Amino acid sequence: MIVVDIVLVQGTFTLEMSARLDAPITALFGPSGSGKTTTLDAIAGLRMPSRGTITVNDRVLFSSESRVNLPPHHRHVGYMPQDVALFPHMDVRKNLLYGRHPGVSPELDRVVGMLEIDRLVDRRVNDLSGGERQRVALGRALMSGPSLLLLDEPLAAVDVPLRRRILPYLQRVRDDLKIPIVYVSHDREEVDELADAVIRLDGGRVAV
Amino acid sequence: MDAWQIAWFTIACAGLATLLMVPPGVLVAWLLARRQFPGRALIEALVSLPLVLPPVATGLVLLMLLGRRGAVGRVLERLGIEVVFTWKAVVLAMAIMGFPLLVRTARAGFEQVNERYERVAATLGARPMRVFMTISLPLAWPSVLAGAVLGFARALGEFGATIVVAGSIPGQTRTLAVAIYSFTETGQDTQALTLVLMSVAIAFVALWAANRLASRRAA
Repeated sequence: MIVVDIVLVQGTFTLEMSARLDAPITALFGPSGSGKTTTLDAIAGLRMPSRGTITVNDRVLFSSESRVNLPPHHRHVGYMPQDVALFPHMDVRKNLLYGRHPGVSPELDRVVGMLEIDRLVDRRVNDLSGGERQRVALGRALMSGPSLLLLDEPLAAVDVPLRRRILPYLQRVRDDLKIPIVYVSHDREEVDELADAVIRLDGGRVAV
Repeated sequence: MDAWQIAWFTIACAGLATLLMVPPGVLVAWLLARRQFPGRALIEALVSLPLVLPPVATGLVLLMLLGRRGAVGRVLERLGIEVVFTWKAVVLAMAIMGFPLLVRTARAGFEQVNERYERVAATLGARPMRVFMTISLPLAWPSVLAGAVLGFARALGEFGATIVVAGSIPGQTRTLAVAIYSFTETGQDTQALTLVLMSVAIAFVALWAANRLASRRAA
């Protein structure tokens, strides 16, 4: 169970987000500029809210009241940005192993098998196709042994046929690894297909 | 006069100066590229100061600080360390004069690194030091290297600050630039010209090495 109850001011934009996310896959849905990515950044610890609380499975990541603000490297949150940001100076294997924590992370073989990237591990990142990059980035996030996955428009940069092929991988992550996923999208169809719950954002507020 | 001895002394001092300036230079470059902190503008100005001040003025400031009556010099004297008019002063003057070039170049390199990489690395559990060593530094490496080469080259040619704080003592503090000046002033033009040709040769080798390093990095 993830509880996000925050106010985050960023220039002239104010995000007021109050939600309980208890579905296996929750979509943050809304037009651009509605605060979807800002919400993910706040959960990941990349932006600090002005006030409020963020908890994941009763673990407090942020609380203005009790002055808790865990740095990103202590949050155990897998984060995949929109541009996936694979480390360009490392090969696929090094990317995958970057966040591995012995005893916490799943086995590499299991992750690469599930995402069908086992034959890519020795490749250079620059030689990967769009869909391969998405899966490697997903694998890298999973290998850190996260208690929550945050995906920022994971399917926005890929075309429709490829999207069809990637969706099942996300469903596998949900079903096999039982890691809750919060993901951002502005595509209604994609949300309908994948998400178990939807939070609509508009102008920095939860729309009802 | 032993031209080779002067050349080696200069190269050795410039090399030491580069080793001395790289760790703080890289740290300052990264801080200026990535962090907001009080006094940032002051640090920025201080770092660039040797670039705009006449080198002789920088040398004079160093002399006042490091001399026997200087704030730093007094402490060093008590520890039995003498800096002024020794090879240490040569190295220090070179490092300070090369520092701005290193910092500016390396900083541009850090600024070009997409912050997304650093943020993702942090979410993967990497502490700030590990993010720096495994992401920021390797990705900014060509610029850091270019900055170090520029700093080294600047150190090789350093004259103004060196002559004030280290003087021109043959065999002890006399670098190529200082020797060329001393020989010209005393009418020993042939010797001066020999050293000029030597300087040109060293500069060529340094630039060739830098280009090779850069292209190997790109390959």
